[in-house]
Amino acid sequence: MKVAEKTGKTVEEAIEACLAELNVKKEHVTIEVLEEPGKKGLFGLFGSKLAKVKVSFEDDPGNLACEFLSNLTKSMAVDANFEVFRREEHVLINITGSDLGILIGRRGDTLEAIQYITNLAVSKRLADRTRIILDVEGYRKRREDTLIKLAKRLAEKVKRTGNKIVLEPMTPQERRIIHTALQNEWKISTFSEGEEPHRRVVISLKRNASNKDVS
Amino acid sequence: MKEVVEVIAKALVDNPNQVIVAQNATEKTVHLQLTVAPEDMGKVIGKQGKIANAIRTIVKAAAVKDGRRVIVDIEQ
Repeated sequence: MKVAEKTGKTVEEAIEACLAELNVKKEHVTIEVLEEPGKKGLFGLFGSKLAKVKVSFEDDPGNLACEFLSNLTKSMAVDANFEVFRREEHVLINITGSDLGILIGRRGDTLEAIQYITNLAVSKRLADRTRIILDVEGYRKRREDTLIKLAKRLAEKVKRTGNKIVLEPMTPQERRIIHTALQNEWKISTFSEGEEPHRRVVISLKRNASNKDVS
Repeated sequence: MKEVVEVIAKALVDNPNQVIVAQNATEKTVHLQLTVAPEDMGKVIGKQGKIANAIRTIVKAAAVKDGRRVIVDIEQ
């Protein structure tokens, strides 16, 4: 929790001063008016009384992330809104709006980059490390469905032909989706090979003692 | 595009007031030069340039509508 107390000729002016000091937006703060302005001071000698307000900002990961993301999307000339879901282990932020394709990029490249930078920006300002996961218009869910279908289809092909298939490079989360989708296929084994960021999943027929370093 | 680099860099460094982005644009390319305080260099570059590359990816996305090529350089 961060707090600022400022005075100003009007309540609005005092609030603005607090927001500037805290570097946050009005939507995310609690405002408390301590003193109303306008009344004359003692015998009118000391001029009119200034407004005094107290502004507090709950600097939780969700708020900080939204703050950063709204600055970022504005600079990219993208009109976006943010829905925050606070889960036990992470904070999920779903970005909604129109024309958000540029926030996703080719195979989610841009979304990954924005998520990475957002996590850095938030953890810089907070001691605890809460993971922030970004999604754009349900993109991740759709991508997951696509990957599961792909995995099942390729597993069938491996069973049919007996040849292994090497997938294209994916992020750790995406590789995990493939491994998980095929873990109950008893004829199939999956493992990853190569170094980040070119690590790829390999789908092959299970053999007696082949490579099994799954990650 | 200049603003994109500024917003990101300022959110990552310890000295946001020392973040400077110079823009040099021609017909086909936009050249952005990011300067930060010496002790903040690591915070905008990252291990093996991971942060720098993420910044480039985001700036490129922002430049899609514009159509020009964008180059982001980081200088001390």
